Amino acid sequence: MSITSAPAALPRPCGPLSQLAAASIRVGGSGRVPDLDEHLPQHPLHDRDFQLALWTLYELHYRGFADAAPEAEWSPACLGLRAQLESVLEAELRRLTAGAAATGVAAADVPAHLVALTDGGGPPAMAMWLRREATHEQFVDYLAQRAVYHLRESDPQSFVLPRLEGPAKVALAELQYDEYGGGRPERLHAHLYARALESIGLPTHAGAYLDDVEATMLALVNTMSLFALHRRLRGAALGHLAAFEATSSIPCRLVALGANRLGLPPEVAAYYEEHVEADAVHEQVAIHDICGAFLRHDPECADDVVFGAVTCLAVDDLVADAFRARSDARLAAETMVAS
Amino acid sequence: MSGPASEPVLPALVRGVSVVVGSDGEAHLAERPVVALCRCDRSQRAPWCDNTHKLLGAAPRRSGTERP
Repeated sequence: MSITSAPAALPRPCGPLSQLAAASIRVGGSGRVPDLDEHLPQHPLHDRDFQLALWTLYELHYRGFADAAPEAEWSPACLGLRAQLESVLEAELRRLTAGAAATGVAAADVPAHLVALTDGGGPPAMAMWLRREATHEQFVDYLAQRAVYHLRESDPQSFVLPRLEGPAKVALAELQYDEYGGGRPERLHAHLYARALESIGLPTHAGAYLDDVEATMLALVNTMSLFALHRRLRGAALGHLAAFEATSSIPCRLVALGANRLGLPPEVAAYYEEHVEADAVHEQVAIHDICGAFLRHDPECADDVVFGAVTCLAVDDLVADAFRARSDARLAAETMVAS
Repeated sequence: MSGPASEPVLPALVRGVSVVVGSDGEAHLAERPVVALCRCDRSQRAPWCDNTHKLLGAAPRRSGTERP
């Protein structure tokens, strides 16, 4: 059984930037590049309009849209629009991580530094909360919020493959092969998540989640696309991947236990259980066989790899904080209504 | 844990195997191109690594979302 979907319609805009993005994509062609200055937000990582506009433009490189002009993907208007948004996003990510990323770690020492960055501190609060405290409704909301990432799982990183050579390329292909089911469509990780969503009656296409997804969650996936789609940021893409894999296995173990606590269908825990084991492998491959090999080939990219890793951790924290705030606000609103 | 945390024992990465016989004598199908074999002997998913070695070597617990 496979869960596939036809290309979705363009998402409903939620502000001037996402409106401009949708309009450019519908028309395609080589129209004038809109000037965005007056619409650019002060806090782009928390701005849904900004993040949705960027997500929509990136999605042209993934599944696309039924109502997109076919040539929109590479049209100067869409690329020019996207470049303005990317410039703002990258500047904000660098600002966010300026302290932690400026380490001057030598290329040969970066793998050890990645281990140190991702190794300490005990279990993360978000995973523990899901394990012990989240209600059924909060857990389902968590699954829905993360759908835009999991339903495209590993796709951004695939764009990095042609940018690499030698052992790093082989190791990334090895990791991706596992993410993509190891030759078995029913084990494709995005498919496992779709099955989890389906088991709790939620839609399995990413477009269904866009009206309600937090800006920070879109920022998480947009960051992956930003790094993967620019050759000059390939080091950041690999560092980001390493940090992501290295902070996954233990939290997934906790989330699976939380799913069992709440009596959710087995497909939900199954997704997370697979990742406990898979990401214990991927962490080692990503840090040593991908980043280590990449930096032996391109030692001048050491700072980029660290930047990518630190960015992953910082954005993860923003996503977790935003989700907890959302959960608390919804619970408070329900309590007010009930009383 | 009391005293300084020791270096965690890392898993052994193995490629190109189809079956792994665990210390329990059971044969486990290796369904990944690369597998991580537990060497700390504390994995709950033996013979596969599940990162228990990280918890064993963990520094004292810090507050929730703090990152180093």
